[in-house]
Amino acid sequence: MSKYTEDDLKKELETQEYEYGFYTDIESDTFPKGLNEDIVRAISKKKNEPKWMTDWRLNAFRLWQEMEEPNWANVNYKKPDFQDIAYYSAPKAIDPNKTLDDVDSELLAMYKKLGISIDEQKKMNNIAMDIVVDSVSVATTFKKTLAEKGILFMPISEAIQEHPELVKKYIGTIVPQTDNFYAALNSAVFTDGSFCYIPKGVKCPMELSTYFRINEGGTGQFERTLLIADEGSYVSYLEGCTAPARDENQLHAAVVELIALDDAEIKYSTVQNWYPGDKEGKGGVFNFVTKRGICHTNSKISWTQVETGSAVTWKYPSCILKGNNSVGEFYSIAVTNNYQQADTGTKMIHLGKNTKSTIISKGISAGKSQNSYRGLVQIGSRAENARNFSQCDSLLMGNKCGAHTFPYIESKNKSAQIEHEATTSKIGEDQLFYCNQRGIDTEKAIALIVNGFSKEVLNKLPMEFAVEAQKLLEISLEGSVG
Amino acid sequence: MLKIKNLHAGIEGKGILKGINLEVKAGEIHAIMGPNGSGKSTLSSVIAGNETYEVSEGSITLDNEDILELSPDERAHKGVFMSFQYPIEIPGVSTTNFIKTAINEKRKANGLGDLPAKDMLKLIREKSELLKMDRKFLSRSLNEGFSGGEKKRNEIFQLAMLEPKLAILDETDSGLDIDALKIVANGVNKLRNKDNAVIVITHYQRLLDHIIPDFVHVLHNGKIVKSGGKELAHELEEKGYDWIKELA
Repeated sequence: MSKYTEDDLKKELETQEYEYGFYTDIESDTFPKGLNEDIVRAISKKKNEPKWMTDWRLNAFRLWQEMEEPNWANVNYKKPDFQDIAYYSAPKAIDPNKTLDDVDSELLAMYKKLGISIDEQKKMNNIAMDIVVDSVSVATTFKKTLAEKGILFMPISEAIQEHPELVKKYIGTIVPQTDNFYAALNSAVFTDGSFCYIPKGVKCPMELSTYFRINEGGTGQFERTLLIADEGSYVSYLEGCTAPARDENQLHAAVVELIALDDAEIKYSTVQNWYPGDKEGKGGVFNFVTKRGICHTNSKISWTQVETGSAVTWKYPSCILKGNNSVGEFYSIAVTNNYQQADTGTKMIHLGKNTKSTIISKGISAGKSQNSYRGLVQIGSRAENARNFSQCDSLLMGNKCGAHTFPYIESKNKSAQIEHEATTSKIGEDQLFYCNQRGIDTEKAIALIVNGFSKEVLNKLPMEFAVEAQKLLEISLEGSVG
Repeated sequence: MLKIKNLHAGIEGKGILKGINLEVKAGEIHAIMGPNGSGKSTLSSVIAGNETYEVSEGSITLDNEDILELSPDERAHKGVFMSFQYPIEIPGVSTTNFIKTAINEKRKANGLGDLPAKDMLKLIREKSELLKMDRKFLSRSLNEGFSGGEKKRNEIFQLAMLEPKLAILDETDSGLDIDALKIVANGVNKLRNKDNAVIVITHYQRLLDHIIPDFVHVLHNGKIVKSGGKELAHELEEKGYDWIKELA
């Protein structure tokens, strides 16, 4: 064999396709493109929603019309044409009264391709799973097991029907309709998502998980997740996402709201692998997401995210540390390759006394991508003895990509302790040669080095996800040194 | 085992090795000595396949197979090991994880499955005892924050784990105190057998008091200018390198 150069490797990998880029041909029920009050009403009607919900949506829509798309982020893209998107798409074969056994066999085959056979999920992993394809939640497993503990885990559309008091009480309280352009849009047109309520003192016995997939072309996905952990409860929640490879840009604008009441703990993990576009930067998902949680007294919210997909990511999972002694954590790995752009980070808003936050962000940039960390640590005037530790590390591959760090610190209390550390490093030829000399080829060596770099965050993921996340990191970065 | 014929190599058009001839047979230990800048480290890098250097002429064969066309990892799979003069740090990757990956990659290349965890642990225990290593530091990030001596000992630990056919020790003695030097030399001696060979690259004779070479070669200005037995090393220690330069 002749010398296998990095150029060869690069060439080989450029032709490698996005592993989840298949499209499943299932009949679906899709609204015409465009957005107006009638569409909002139609979505609400389709979901058989009560009037308060319809009005809430319409109010959001009116607010949204007055708003402008934000452009302060360090990303460049052609703004989506909001009239060229279909706001509702549902796989037709789905009966709202389905049980798992009734799920369309093609859909099931699709989950198999995704590596998540529901049967297996049910039997082998202790994970209760909800799957949202395009706009509709397809199946929720383990519902009965959970119900015995009083845990509610269901599509949000169902929760609006069955537990309107809870939805009404909390929806939009953490991420108000007016929070930002995409949050307002989501509030008007969200089609599904997950709802979860953990009663007082209950430790959820299994990981709860939602799997999101955009299947139809020309559609956007707007899911809304609402998770309430009542006093003294605990829950660990995972979400994963993929989309087919398409030339067009698809829009994903989700809202996630977490409520941790006194002494509660929420662990929220995301593995985001939306289609990133091809190597020329064509296509890919615009991922504009608002995620925020509120911590009451002695409670804790921990966000862990592995972001490898999407053409453009705009996402800042945040914690409002309202209660005394509450704790917020943010662990993030963001990988960008080819022409991907990510502007992601967190906001830690310290309001209560003795509140603590930790931010560990690992950005990995390759190809011609741009990767930004943007974070805000804000200490309110009453937040005595608040503490924050932030660490932002960037790893660069090649010399055509960019890594940026935008840390904002605002402190109104003199007793606050805030630490910020940042490093930037590059995978060196000498590191690769060292690995090669020990018999580890370049591709494997990159995976090893990247996993080492990301270890502190990977360790925070539940086991089942950690393995998948590691594989994803390898896939997204193959052939990226040069 | 290893045959180097008329090897010319350099970096960015500048010649460094100018016609090296060397034959190393199984069971032998060869020492390569020479003043700074004579090309010692270049020679080891070229044998290991570092692509920073261009080979313009000559050949290197291992067991009669041309290895010049092989990538560094393929050479490693064939049994070439180089102990680095300056071992590289890989943050977040433990020595254990690194060596496990290296062993399994080599096994894969040779058509074997992963080494079972139980056997891996046994091997690690055995080899770390051989080198009197505190196993705690095997769980630390590879070479990160290691002292010079720890790094070198860790290189020899990897050598012991990988059991290569041909081991090249590039200035392994630099940075070692006398006790560590003895431990490292003792480790290398115990790993010797009739089927493998060692090339020791060094500036000083002191390592050669502990790893006794069968042959000593003196490199100057990219060529081997003198070869002899172990007594040549003593001669160099006494007289320095100046008389060698006059030979060239």
